Amino acid sequence: MEDALLLHRLQFAFTASYHYLFPQITMGLGLLIVIMKWISLRTGNELLNSSARFWGKIFAISFAVGVVTGIPMEFQFGTNWARFSTYAGGVIGQTLAMEGVFAFFLESSFLGLFLFGEKKLGPKLHFLSAVMVFLGSWISGYFIIVTNAWMQHPAGYAPGPNGTVTLSSLGDLLLNPWALWQYLHNMTGAVVTGSFCVASAGAYYLLARRDEEYGKIFVRTGVIAGLVSSFLMAFPTGDAQGKNIAFNQPVTLAAMEGLFQTVDGAPLVLIGQPDMEKKKLDNPLHVPRMLSFLTYNRWGAEVKGLDAFPSSVWPTNIPLLYYSYHIMVGLGTLFIAITAAGTWLLWRRRAYGARPFLWVLMLSFPFPFIANTAGWTTAELGRQPWLVYGLLRTPAGTSATVSAGNALFTLLGFLGLYFVIGVLFLFLVMKALGAGPAHVSHHERE
Amino acid sequence: MEILWFCAVAFMLCMYVLLDGFDLGAGILHLSIARTNDERRTVLGAIGPFWDGNEVWLIAAGGTLYFAFPLLYASSFSGFYLPLTIVLWLLILRGLGIEMRHQVDHPMWRSFWDGTFSAGSSLLAIFLGAALGNVVRGVPLGPDGYFFEPLWTSFTVQPAAGILDWFTVLLGLVGLTTLAAHGGNYVAMKTTGELQARARARARFWSWGVLFTSCAAAFSTSEIRPDIWRNFAEHEWGFIFPILGAAGLCGMFYFNRRSADVKAFLSSCAFIVGMLSSTAFGLFPSVLPSSTIPAYGLTVYNTAARSYGLGIGIAWWTVGIVVALGYFIYLFRSFRGKVHVTPEGY
Repeated sequence: MEDALLLHRLQFAFTASYHYLFPQITMGLGLLIVIMKWISLRTGNELLNSSARFWGKIFAISFAVGVVTGIPMEFQFGTNWARFSTYAGGVIGQTLAMEGVFAFFLESSFLGLFLFGEKKLGPKLHFLSAVMVFLGSWISGYFIIVTNAWMQHPAGYAPGPNGTVTLSSLGDLLLNPWALWQYLHNMTGAVVTGSFCVASAGAYYLLARRDEEYGKIFVRTGVIAGLVSSFLMAFPTGDAQGKNIAFNQPVTLAAMEGLFQTVDGAPLVLIGQPDMEKKKLDNPLHVPRMLSFLTYNRWGAEVKGLDAFPSSVWPTNIPLLYYSYHIMVGLGTLFIAITAAGTWLLWRRRAYGARPFLWVLMLSFPFPFIANTAGWTTAELGRQPWLVYGLLRTPAGTSATVSAGNALFTLLGFLGLYFVIGVLFLFLVMKALGAGPAHVSHHERE
Repeated sequence: MEILWFCAVAFMLCMYVLLDGFDLGAGILHLSIARTNDERRTVLGAIGPFWDGNEVWLIAAGGTLYFAFPLLYASSFSGFYLPLTIVLWLLILRGLGIEMRHQVDHPMWRSFWDGTFSAGSSLLAIFLGAALGNVVRGVPLGPDGYFFEPLWTSFTVQPAAGILDWFTVLLGLVGLTTLAAHGGNYVAMKTTGELQARARARARFWSWGVLFTSCAAAFSTSEIRPDIWRNFAEHEWGFIFPILGAAGLCGMFYFNRRSADVKAFLSSCAFIVGMLSSTAFGLFPSVLPSSTIPAYGLTVYNTAARSYGLGIGIAWWTVGIVVALGYFIYLFRSFRGKVHVTPEGY
């Protein structure tokens, strides 16, 4: 049974992290495409419309991969987590069904119009279809976050028959206070990814001295959107999300921060390695009293360490949780630094010729993906050992009838299939980038 | 309330089979009716703007099943673990086939994705039929409402049967022939010239397949699950469903011969709706019968969520579905008429 549990968790973790590489592109790019098309519509700048068309191509490839890797997510609630689904389906089934009914229909219907209908629809209706696709993807994100927020911080439920839970208030479920900040934090994270993709491609064209008029647009759009979104990702959304965790999952906060002992005036650890045997942090580099201030707005406030909680409620993989969280925060800080420098260079009208900066920008595109993945790893590992926080432990949620051998079979299948998808995706994106915006945009219009 | 949600889920699954059915069917026939690159581009162009939205009906039906009947969702999805996962892989491969083909201008690249698209579509049609077969035949449910089925055991219909036995394979063939004929009608409706003529001929060929397999399926269903006729005996108005299906099948032959493609397509729609609703009507209130001890069977009553959730669900679900139908009407209207591909491009 232990083996099967690990395999169910690995399969869900793998398919979910892999899937989310693509929606963060589409949700982020979706907003940027709408902005580009809107400005183009207002000013008549045809270059911006062509840029939107080029990114629409990248959007379409990412969307296709996002859709095909997303279908298994909903199925796996039933196939691999049957006892969890029986337990909580009456509650979170609502939000998952709403996602299908309100978001996916919108998104998929208008995507067809957005991709195939530019000639038929004309500029205004085509802009509208871009807005609808963007709305669909962002609404979809909200329902998923509400579902996850319920697992992090259950709301709007009551005990049901046979030890299950049942919905008692749809309003409380949808307006879960946890969900609001988590949503904004997550969506600004997606915009960071979209912005860095655009900026990074722009930097490449400028460095390669080709398609330079597009390169300038991409760098400008990406850097400015990147600065706004990475700043918002840290404050207020990241800060508020941290406080959510501090007040509702204090043991998770202690594990994320690597705080083994309860102290007054707790320091904020920047770097260090948790040693789970000796219950201490090796080689710590920290800012004194900062954690107390960030959490309670008082320098001397007491922050509870792991010693304040029985080890039965500690997250099950504290070192990985700690590293994920620190990688996320570290990269988030880096994003603000890069985009702030870029904005300053743009303002001084030196950005397009600053080759060292363009190199940094071009090479930085993988980091938002890593940061978003690390953020979700923090959220999900931090929720352990609970599947539904405080209500249902993870081992109690698996499909009891599915043996470890069957679970391994499908996990290996997913690994193989997703490897192929990854190769195809990179190949196609590289191909589009290599062909260049002018070529792709012309081809897509036909 | 449970009855209402049973109808809602049945409606969504029916929409899924109708809509994704025509693009799956186009996939089944893709290699045989479309010979040249332009013809294959035309087939893909005919389903291109729609297939993704069509698949959403499956996702939305899954979500609705999840919240209205949590135990049914959990039990069937974990019990059908292997076939469902394989269905997921096929959905992925087939979707890639559609989306990848036009990305690279090379005949080998195109051949590969044409093959993937067609093989994936054919296997999916068989699996969808076999899934229905499992629901009709029943599965080895335990007292807690869970079960697990291997892919196959001895291919005979018995309490410890696998997913595939002769009966479910037969229904798989019903699925394959039905969707192939449905897809042929759709392609004929959306195209012109030689491609249209071939699609029409294939639709006629597969309609004969539908006739034979569905007659065989109807007889063997009566053998394996005689109580499927009980609801019809008690409520005679229910015969409207099989009559609709039979009329649809007649229409498929009649209009095909007269080259009335739109009417032939509507006939295959009627056949699908008639057959699925007959099955649902015959099974009700059972939703997953037990092949071991009948009392373990899952019904709409012992798997439904509580009434607050179901009640409030009606409000948003109705609004959402009406809006979604609106999108579909707008989408289908925007791309109505015959498909013409531009000579250049791939």
